[in-house]
Amino acid sequence: MDLQELREIAREEKARQKPVRVHCCTSTGCRAADAMGIYGNLQAAVKEHHLEDRVEVIGVGCMGFCGRGPLVQIDPDDLLYEEVVPDQATSIIEAMNGGTAQPILGDSQHPFFARQTRVVREYSGKIDPERIEEYIAVGGYESLHKAIYEMTPAAVVEQISKSGLRGRGGGGYPTGLKWATVAKMPGDQKYIICNGDEGDPGAFMDRSILESDPHLVLEGMAIAGYAVGANHGYIYVRAEYPLAIARLQKGIQQAKKYGLLGSQIFDSPFDFKIDIRIGAGAFVCGEETALIQSIEGGRGNPVPRPPYPAEKGLYECPTLINNVETLANITAIIRNGADWYASIGTENSKGTKIFALTGKIRNNGLIEVPMGITLREIVEDMGGGVPDGEVKAVQTGGPSGGCIPKSMLDTPVDYDSLRQVGSMMGSGGMVVMDDSTSMVGIAQFYMEFCRGETCGKCVPCRTGTVQLYAMLSKILKRQATRDDLAKMEALCEMVRDTSLCGLGQTAPNPVLSTLKYFREEYEALLVEPEYLNGQAALHGVSA
Amino acid sequence: MSVKTLKIDNQDIAVEAGTTIMEAAKEAGVRIPKLCHLEGLTPVGACRLCLVEIEGMNKLLPSCVTEVWEGMVIHTQTPKLQEYRRMNVELIFAEGNHVCSICVANGNCELQDVAVEVGMDHSRFPYRFPDRHVDLSHPLFGIDHNRCILCTRCVRVCDEVEGAHVWDVAQRGAAAYIVSGLNQPWGEVDACTSCGKCVDACPTGAIFKQGSTTGEKDADAPKFEFLTAAREKHQWTR
Repeated sequence: MDLQELREIAREEKARQKPVRVHCCTSTGCRAADAMGIYGNLQAAVKEHHLEDRVEVIGVGCMGFCGRGPLVQIDPDDLLYEEVVPDQATSIIEAMNGGTAQPILGDSQHPFFARQTRVVREYSGKIDPERIEEYIAVGGYESLHKAIYEMTPAAVVEQISKSGLRGRGGGGYPTGLKWATVAKMPGDQKYIICNGDEGDPGAFMDRSILESDPHLVLEGMAIAGYAVGANHGYIYVRAEYPLAIARLQKGIQQAKKYGLLGSQIFDSPFDFKIDIRIGAGAFVCGEETALIQSIEGGRGNPVPRPPYPAEKGLYECPTLINNVETLANITAIIRNGADWYASIGTENSKGTKIFALTGKIRNNGLIEVPMGITLREIVEDMGGGVPDGEVKAVQTGGPSGGCIPKSMLDTPVDYDSLRQVGSMMGSGGMVVMDDSTSMVGIAQFYMEFCRGETCGKCVPCRTGTVQLYAMLSKILKRQATRDDLAKMEALCEMVRDTSLCGLGQTAPNPVLSTLKYFREEYEALLVEPEYLNGQAALHGVSA
Repeated sequence: MSVKTLKIDNQDIAVEAGTTIMEAAKEAGVRIPKLCHLEGLTPVGACRLCLVEIEGMNKLLPSCVTEVWEGMVIHTQTPKLQEYRRMNVELIFAEGNHVCSICVANGNCELQDVAVEVGMDHSRFPYRFPDRHVDLSHPLFGIDHNRCILCTRCVRVCDEVEGAHVWDVAQRGAAAYIVSGLNQPWGEVDACTSCGKCVDACPTGAIFKQGSTTGEKDADAPKFEFLTAAREKHQWTR
């Protein structure tokens, strides 16, 4: 395979594609509402109306507007049909011959779409993720060729550094710095790991990327391998994402067949193979050291850092571990240059971020927005606001993050601003809460999650989350006093400061941030010690 | 071999590069509380009692796994550390069923010693009273999960020193427990050599010799430092 052959595949693919393409979402969300039935009916209708010459139906990845799914979009007319049911499929095809389509016609110019900046999701929902030719037709694998033939590994690392890309898994560590560290580590064997163990409640960005455009991640990993000198990559995907796993498997096979992965990629001396490892259901395996233990076949327990994986990671070799979304940004940076990427976003947070916008909001779904956009723009303009009542808070960062109150909706979405207000960027879950939501209940929900997901290795996280959950439950049952609240705050600080890994260190965040902004809700639930004594006396026990 | 000079609780000390903070503190005669670490076994940094403050760092670091660096200024007994350690021990006591008065290890228990050391006289957190079981299927020994603090010393000593790998950790979080064999009764695990190293390594009364009663367990935890030194450095004196 050389560049000419790659472009020949692209040409053939474009020639093969029909003038009218009917995109039917076949991702997990829409599948749950029988998207596969719609897909089948659309294909049958095309055949029935003898439109095969100019119309083709393709199963695509996520279009983003998941709350209104299943979605069907007609290209190039840019018609978007929402909440389609299988029975309406025929009418969509009939509409092409002058009939009337039954499903709701959506507004593809709605701010939900119009305000997005699509870098990672550029071709999500536009190409068939199960055919590598479609990816190649939109310029796929050209970045890998460019990296191998026009750039030195050091130049690739420099581009990534200059782009200002930071880790999209939540921590926000500068990606270029991580790459440079691994690249400079001595040793013949290095590894690339793609962390696809997305587990925050309400977050599904990485699943969508893997399901919608798997080659984007594979190509990003190969470029990373070239840049740091690794010849082997692992994608760690949670078992709960069977479709993503299937599409990745198919993607790897197809890329290998074309010589885009495996030995001597593009007939160069660069080898890179990718294996998939499937998680076994532990949230903590998203923590990088636990993930490495899990790949090695051990119990998914975090281990103390340093040494960091960049120094001693998988099988004790220098290992570059990046999140799915981080790696999905790489091809665009190599293609368009670091300066282009750095022109998007803010001073210290460059590029775009995908959020899973969920909760009490009109428009649920995935959005890719430039860094620096305010929460208000996301919630009110793009999300269409809360269906009933008012926004109360926005939760970002999942069980590691915090709740940002309504009064702070003008906070720009970037790593540093979100941290300043006591939350964090996190992997991209964004849960909107309305004024019917109990903030103490939310804190309890996240603590229950952490209590169930702590590995149990270190004392503060294993025992602290149990006690914190019990304390929050006590408050909600109106059995806690002011002393209990003080005790809980002290325990939050202890768990945060002394836990071994990120899970424990951030587990108290939902409590601390709701205490910071909604303290009155906690206080309203407290009772006086005398009341408890009285209740105890009534039941003949001591308080 | 290079040497690093550092300061532990205002005391200057020079140690070999590669030494951990805990080893350096031992050399300086500074005691740092610990429960999961045992000299001679791989440190895991799990109990979090040995966390120390380093000047210029906002993170507390576990002294059992952190190697010293030149010019490090370490504080092992700040008010914050003392408070956190006390809470930590309270949490351990509240988590299991630790009743000293009827325990085989009473008077010879590292958990008890640490509780005294950090000044813990009661727990501010409610006791969880978990429903845990006792396994007496082994002819010589027994394991009482009520007294287990999940330090994993037994797991490591069996794995690293005896090489039998009878023990491991099952489940996660509050449900985690020390498991023998393939989740079999201890007495049915063929791999067990009945060497008793886990009895000696156990810091509490969780693993004990059958027949011992209250206060009769007399574990020999320092023996693993000797065993490892004997194997690796051929030093045969204790």
